[in-house]
Amino acid sequence: MNAEEIRKLLSNKTVGIAGCGGLGSNCAVALARIGTGHLILADFDTVDVSNLNRQYFFKHQTGKKKVLALAENIHSIDERIKITAVDVKLGPADIVSVFAGCDVIVEAFDLAEMKRMIAETVIAEMPGTPLVMGNGMAGWGKSNTIGVEKPTENIYVCGDGTSEISEELPPLAPRVGIVANMQANTVLNILLGNTKEDTL
Amino acid sequence: MNITLNNRPETFEEESMTFEELIKRKNFTFKMLVTKLNGKLVRKEDRHKVYIKEGDDVTVMHLISGG
Repeated sequence: MNAEEIRKLLSNKTVGIAGCGGLGSNCAVALARIGTGHLILADFDTVDVSNLNRQYFFKHQTGKKKVLALAENIHSIDERIKITAVDVKLGPADIVSVFAGCDVIVEAFDLAEMKRMIAETVIAEMPGTPLVMGNGMAGWGKSNTIGVEKPTENIYVCGDGTSEISEELPPLAPRVGIVANMQANTVLNILLGNTKEDTL
Repeated sequence: MNITLNNRPETFEEESMTFEELIKRKNFTFKMLVTKLNGKLVRKEDRHKVYIKEGDDVTVMHLISGG
């Protein structure tokens, strides 16, 4: 498939981004660059100067709602991308309503508790929708420990599975970016019809 | 019993055990787990009463903070 054929196919697709921090903002930008037709961005937070070490925002956007700042940045790259910006702290009921009709959902939360909440909601209530998660990306080095797995039907998990954030192991642009782009690559692969483990 | 755990075959001497027992036996020590049995979600509060038996397909995912 050439780049134009891929762009044409992606132009009819909708991807949900649950959380617009380090994973979500970078993943959404990668998906926008390749021509994903419709992105549904959900987050409740505002851009803080401390986010700029890894998140796809700029200094002049501090204080702005993340979903609006990200929509602005995506439209600076490609104004044809349709964006639905949802300013909400997602709970189980919101996940079902906000992401109804998505071809794929990207889990891009920071807290493990929220990751579990969306995984359980999608497994129980939207079992037909693929969920691409990020799990374990704090710190530096150890690039070769980062990978993608499909532990169960329709759930894909990117990351090293062990590097949890802490005071001494902060989330930083390089490794967060690797996982965010690995999530985008997994979404692309799924949208191109590849869902078998040996294609991940 | 023979089961599939996270896409791999596993054998236990017991004929069955609860999901909670399986998590202890396999030393899944991460706090935040998502568990599935034969395609269906098993919530944390149900793990002590859901039994795993011969031929079951079991998934245990652990989740950690960061993003």
